[in-house]
Amino acid sequence: MNEILQLLVYGLVLGSVLAMGAIGVSMIFGILRFAHFAHGDFMTLGAYLGLAFIAAFGLGAWWALPAAMLGMAIVAVGIDQLIYRRLRRTQPVILLISSFGMALILRSLVQLIWGSDNQTYVSGIQFPWRLDWLGGLRLKPDHAWIVLISAGLIVAVHLFLSRTRLGKAMRAMSDNMDLARISGIPAERVIMMTWIIGGALAAAAGVFLGIDTRLHPMMGWTTLLPVFAAAILGGIGRPYGAIVGGMVIGLSMEMSTLLISASYKPAVAFAIMVLMLIVRPQGIFKGTL
Amino acid sequence: MSTLLEARDLYGGYGGNDILKGVSLRVEADEVVVIVGPNGAGKSTAMKAIFGLLRIRQGQVLYRGEDITNARPEQMVRRGVAYVPQEHNIFPSLSVQENLEMGAYLMKGDLKPRLERIYQLFPRLAERKRQPTGQMSGGERQMVAMGRALMIDPRLLMLDEPTAGLSPKLIDETFVQIQKINAAGIGVLMVEQNAKQALAIASRGYVLATGANRHEDSGAALLADPHVAEMFLGG
Repeated sequence: MNEILQLLVYGLVLGSVLAMGAIGVSMIFGILRFAHFAHGDFMTLGAYLGLAFIAAFGLGAWWALPAAMLGMAIVAVGIDQLIYRRLRRTQPVILLISSFGMALILRSLVQLIWGSDNQTYVSGIQFPWRLDWLGGLRLKPDHAWIVLISAGLIVAVHLFLSRTRLGKAMRAMSDNMDLARISGIPAERVIMMTWIIGGALAAAAGVFLGIDTRLHPMMGWTTLLPVFAAAILGGIGRPYGAIVGGMVIGLSMEMSTLLISASYKPAVAFAIMVLMLIVRPQGIFKGTL
Repeated sequence: MSTLLEARDLYGGYGGNDILKGVSLRVEADEVVVIVGPNGAGKSTAMKAIFGLLRIRQGQVLYRGEDITNARPEQMVRRGVAYVPQEHNIFPSLSVQENLEMGAYLMKGDLKPRLERIYQLFPRLAERKRQPTGQMSGGERQMVAMGRALMIDPRLLMLDEPTAGLSPKLIDETFVQIQKINAAGIGVLMVEQNAKQALAIASRGYVLATGANRHEDSGAALLADPHVAEMFLGG
């Protein structure tokens, strides 16, 4: 029982990280119709930007979060304007391949600047809270923060999508690109906002990963598969689906360790993705795939 | 009355192939103008070309005397021209109200009076403001589609087959709505398969065939023309 509760906590933490990545992947697919392969490396670069910021000013680990989010929002818009924008009039598959190239460029850049060794925001061990009223469940404060901040960001994304004009326009464009054009919705502004949100949330995912474990140039790339699995499970192009998908994949991956070796965690995500593509390719929330 | 829209001898299409081979038409400010013709005549293509969704290779489009050939859709909306495509004319995951709001995306100021006007015209929509439009019936979707276009308070409303797929009763209702819209001072240019009913409410009509003008006359005259009736109205 205790073990299950403990895994539930780990699952929620991983689910939060995956949801942060999957919302961006899903939105970008909905608006621009391509799978953004550099999203994992957006997470990595975001995590390292946060590291650079706190190292430069000698701040605590959590200061990495706002710095990384702001930095990656700017970088994401910059990459879109510089590279992706020029390829938009071609086929989406060209964007997909170029995003794969972008992933390699960003990863090499991180290795070039910060090296390929593990790094951490803070050294030392954080002592978990022992919650006796929950059967002695051990909860690391950082884990609690990751889940809470993710929930806050999810609420913020929800308010943006459901209450603001630009947020509604984003859903409209994802629904029906031609009609959005006919209605006079300014596509470029919506696309820019998509990258701001996608980049900032990817950075949040990266910082969460870095705080939970460590920073490494491959951290984002290896997380990309479960992020895609989450986006597909939820129905690609549907940000709300991505949140549900992230939680389901995160919990499944952690819970699977009850039955099989922990090294099969990515395989669990992959299996769910393949199963979903066979059984219900449009995902839980009926996406645009 | 002043001329709202004039298309002069339009040529254009997809890729290198012209679908339009000399289409000319005109809409006066208070008119309902109907385009009829057989499948593949280029009716929808002409609408798309005028609204800037398709490149016009040769010819001219004038809106209130101003040359707007190949203007982008956004510029058409800003000038007060709204277009309702035949298919995929709603945002299915958005609610009724959100669909309407998207129609007025470029409009500044309070949307409430605009929304109220649409809900008065389509009371059925007022009852379902929060409902996602993807789950609604064909007739209700068509109301949402027209409502979205009317949100900009257009001078000219372009409708591509507004009655396609509707039941006879809903078709009648739609034509009544179009007359109401026109009576409010909005010029209407529409493509219609139900040619008899459409011509009955039309000020003027154009018969297109193979991408070019074939006949032009008042709605009543076209209806009465035995030649036109035989060719395009199914006897």
